[in-house]
Amino acid sequence: MPSRDRDNARPPYGRRLAMTQQTILNATHRALGAKMVDFGGWDMPLNYGSQIEEHHVVRSDAGMFDVSHMTVVDLHGARTREFLRHLLANSVDKLKVSGKALYSCMLNEQGGVIDDLIVYFLGEDFFRVVVNASTRDKDLAWIERQAKAFDVTVAERADLSMIAVQGPNARAKVLALLTPQARAKAEKIGKFVAVEGDGLFIARTGYTGEDGFEIIVPEAQAVELWNRLKEAGVAPAGLGARDTLRLEAGMNLYGQDMDEAVTPWEANLGWTVALDEGRGFIGRGVLEKQKTAGGHRVMVGLVMDEKGVLRHGQRVVTPNGDGEILSGSYSPTLAKSIAFARVPAGTSGTLQVDIRGKLVPVRVVKYPFVRDGKAIEGI
Amino acid sequence: MQEIPGDLKFLKSHEWARVEDKGTVTVGISDHAQGLLGDLVYVELPSVGDTVKAGNAVAVVESVKAASDVYAPVSGEIVAVNEALPDKPETINEDAYGDGWIFVIKPDNLAEEQEELLDPDAYAELIENEDH
Repeated sequence: MPSRDRDNARPPYGRRLAMTQQTILNATHRALGAKMVDFGGWDMPLNYGSQIEEHHVVRSDAGMFDVSHMTVVDLHGARTREFLRHLLANSVDKLKVSGKALYSCMLNEQGGVIDDLIVYFLGEDFFRVVVNASTRDKDLAWIERQAKAFDVTVAERADLSMIAVQGPNARAKVLALLTPQARAKAEKIGKFVAVEGDGLFIARTGYTGEDGFEIIVPEAQAVELWNRLKEAGVAPAGLGARDTLRLEAGMNLYGQDMDEAVTPWEANLGWTVALDEGRGFIGRGVLEKQKTAGGHRVMVGLVMDEKGVLRHGQRVVTPNGDGEILSGSYSPTLAKSIAFARVPAGTSGTLQVDIRGKLVPVRVVKYPFVRDGKAIEGI
Repeated sequence: MQEIPGDLKFLKSHEWARVEDKGTVTVGISDHAQGLLGDLVYVELPSVGDTVKAGNAVAVVESVKAASDVYAPVSGEIVAVNEALPDKPETINEDAYGDGWIFVIKPDNLAEEQEELLDPDAYAELIENEDH
């Protein structure tokens, strides 16, 4: 029963390798019966039984993910903001209040996406960046190279773990575990803002389309926090559920939906690019040219009403030429398959996807596919 | 992990085969295989009347995670398919060796071909080694 998707095996479903890194929660996951897989060089839980059940728990109540494999990088120096103006395609000048976060792409000189990340403004001389695990080495090398000219120090925080608590009841369940002082601060923050309290860095961010917190915690306290959350009724959820949740929520996955050969325009990330006056960020020239020229490939959402599952790498047949499926999966909320696809400009309506030699109709839709636990109208 | 029933034979590729009293062969995927795949969401069945050859792909099972071919353990004609599966593919997760059966073959050459299949002990050893 060999996998049909062998050639497309990528995170989060890569093969288990011998030399994998472990988060501090590794033994906890195993004790919970997790099925472990290799994800970007890390031995991570795919599920704790059923990834579909874990998906539904996050949409209806609260679930938690160990995302300690992600890379936390602290940037210090008087010219840090100036450095980030140069490094990122989104504008850190949008960050005016301490704790505020911003999602951005980091581009190469060709306008291709080196990685997508979240940057937190913590002080004029202190910003925190969270980048992907699978891109750690090249990200750090790139950031360090660019930082030199700005006298910014780049410090990876391998001493920190991260737990994402997500779902309509996630915030309440986290807040109940905090001291009154920390709770008073954390319950006030709006979306995309972080505060510190009880030694935790608590950010109202996530990768599921649900409300919740991503909590950065000193490694030595991570297991205890996880266990307290579990006792408070937060269900452990694996990276399998995280993938279907973020796809339903319309969020890109680096490596699958964009990479260094793809510009933000081609990955539907134009909303994260700030062409603000006089800011010469890396890759800007290429982005401006491509925007003016138009006619570039675009990323669209697809829904398949027929049975079957859209998967990465499948061919999409359009009147303007072929495209391909990027992230594709089964949507537990919609009980049908959904996907992102990169297709030629001007593609809309009904297309076809080549599934094992059979052309199956799919509909181009506006995404997110799911918001606040429910299917978006028209999906 | 479900106990492996003693009357089953296996392919290395994780299909099970049960020779029924009337001489037909019922086929499914092993409990180990459903565990590897995770939550199943789609099953593509062969058609009754199809002629199949041992070792050829005749069905597809898809989980959230991956699609996998299901091979015919023996050659013959498909005489039944599990019509309940397309609507309830999770039946394979819940009962791989029972209600999760996939198709039934009327074999052409059973005596010879079943010699090629693994008995439960050999299969158990195979998956034991796979795990390490």
